[in-house]
Amino acid sequence: MEFFLQLVINGVVIGSIYALVALGFVIIYKASSILNFAQGELLVLGAYICLAITSSGHVPLPAAFVLTLLFAATLGVALERVILRPLIGEPVISVIMVTLGLSSILRAIVQGVWGTDTKPFPAVFPSDPVMVGPVPISRGYLWSVGCVAVLLLVFTSFFRHARAGIAMRATAFSQQVALSMGISVRRIFALSWSIAAVVSAIGGILLGSIRGGVDGSLAFIGLKVVPVAILGGLDSVQGAIVGGVVIGVLENLSGGYLDPILGGGVKEIAPFVALVLILMVKPYGLFGKVHIERV
Amino acid sequence: MRCGDFRTTYGADMAIFETSFARGCVGAFLLLLAIVPVFATTYWLDVVNRIAIAVIGAVGLNILTGFTGQISLGNAAFLAVGAYSTAAFSSRWNLPCLLVIPMSGLIAALIGMAFGIPSLRLKGLYLAMATLAAHFIVEFTAVHWEAVTGGVNGMSVPAARLFSLAFESDRSLFYLILPVAVLLVFFAKNLFRTKVGKAFIAIRDQDISAEVMGVNVFKHKLMSFAVSSFYVGVAGSLLAYQARIISPENFPLTVGIDYLGMIIIGGMGSILGSILGAIFITLLPELLRLLSGAAGGVFPGLVQLFASIKMGVFGLAIVLFLIFEPDGLAARWRTIKNYWKLYPFSY
Repeated sequence: MEFFLQLVINGVVIGSIYALVALGFVIIYKASSILNFAQGELLVLGAYICLAITSSGHVPLPAAFVLTLLFAATLGVALERVILRPLIGEPVISVIMVTLGLSSILRAIVQGVWGTDTKPFPAVFPSDPVMVGPVPISRGYLWSVGCVAVLLLVFTSFFRHARAGIAMRATAFSQQVALSMGISVRRIFALSWSIAAVVSAIGGILLGSIRGGVDGSLAFIGLKVVPVAILGGLDSVQGAIVGGVVIGVLENLSGGYLDPILGGGVKEIAPFVALVLILMVKPYGLFGKVHIERV
Repeated sequence: MRCGDFRTTYGADMAIFETSFARGCVGAFLLLLAIVPVFATTYWLDVVNRIAIAVIGAVGLNILTGFTGQISLGNAAFLAVGAYSTAAFSSRWNLPCLLVIPMSGLIAALIGMAFGIPSLRLKGLYLAMATLAAHFIVEFTAVHWEAVTGGVNGMSVPAARLFSLAFESDRSLFYLILPVAVLLVFFAKNLFRTKVGKAFIAIRDQDISAEVMGVNVFKHKLMSFAVSSFYVGVAGSLLAYQARIISPENFPLTVGIDYLGMIIIGGMGSILGSILGAIFITLLPELLRLLSGAAGGVFPGLVQLFASIKMGVFGLAIVLFLIFEPDGLAARWRTIKNYWKLYPFSY
């Protein structure tokens, strides 16, 4: 039972970070129908930038955090402007390929600047665990779940109440109508990319501090987010949250119980098996908009 | 001087070679290729062999993605299936390579069809994700089904064998790989003159109107998956014969992305484009290696950075092509050809 609880709690923690990164993925998809396969690289880049700022200068961590987010927001806008905007209206394959090319470029930059070794990340949270019932949980886990919960709340209310958030939903619904209502669709695209880059950077920093180190393998989360977003529904913010937690718990449980039978690695593959099943049974996910089209 | 298309028969419209001059050019090019091993060094022979294998894989992927419009991110997986089948057939039963290569292709085709089934319901983005999942599932199987695949240690592949001939050196392998590549390229070129090939194109352009016109969309999508995976499986099989030792590390997701890069850079929906793209993407790291070797004296740090430079240049090439030449090298080639056709009176 304790083993089970431990797995579930770890799953919720990692799942909350999946949810955060999936949020960026979903926001970009909602605004511009682009699947961003470079999300994982944005995450790694954010973590490294934060690390570089804290370790090189005498900048305290909170300031470094804010600087990283500013950087990520600028980067997001720049990427949208330079790389994605020329491809508006191009076929799906071109848009997918351009994000894959982008991920290749970002990975090259990260590897070129910081190398491939794991870099230690400063301990942000005290290491003594908190006991919840019989299960010890590290403080970092609690903090990251808390951070993610707050962020997700902020974004949910942003989409409900803020002007820009409502404009984004309008753009997602119909670009033409949004344009005729005086919404600048270009600005919305740029905003969606900068939000995606910012949430990925936050995810990267949280993951880095939980694992105590950063390296390029963190980028794999960018692909894990695909099953998450599909489970929740590609165009649904709540879906990303639910999907993130479900996939996180699923991969930890299957890893914990099936690894001894299948010989390891189940954790990495379980989300993708789930992805195939979801695509076969319910391709628009739990909360996605059902777009009926029969061929 | 030709200044337009004056075709009077369907036969002329469907011809692979527009003029006998073009046919002569291709023939001369093939002859030239056949004598490459006489003067090429081992290093360049290896590169040429890899280009020929990449051409097979790229043509295969182009049949699926460029001609039928089904996006596949799981190409590395089918490559792996072909390579592992070759390793299994030739090391267990010691079959001759002329039997092993098509059999590996057929096994890859079967697996490809299995992953093509979701394409009944899914299109575009969703299919890309299904094939992404397929990649990870095949990779997992390759790592963990140790009885067949040898797990992370991989398998060694005996040299390709045909009766008493053994294809061991790069030089002899060239004469195995090149004919297969030429044969498959011509098959693909001809495929799109047939009813089936035209059905593929109809599905790409508009699946609903294809269905209305009497094309069985699901059947043809599956056929496209099968043909494409057959090609990729054959490429994997030749890869196994060339590398002689294969492990899951040979088939990461990036290999599949490289193949997508080839057809993007070469030109989607163009056989010539697949060939040009395969040459471009395979030569790119070699040229970079030469350049960084030459510049290594000036900037000693460059050699360590090579892996990341390679990755960055690959990404940059894809992004630049998509932005500035979305139709790829094949379109560029057509433009150049048309310019010279009417030179100096082009307008």
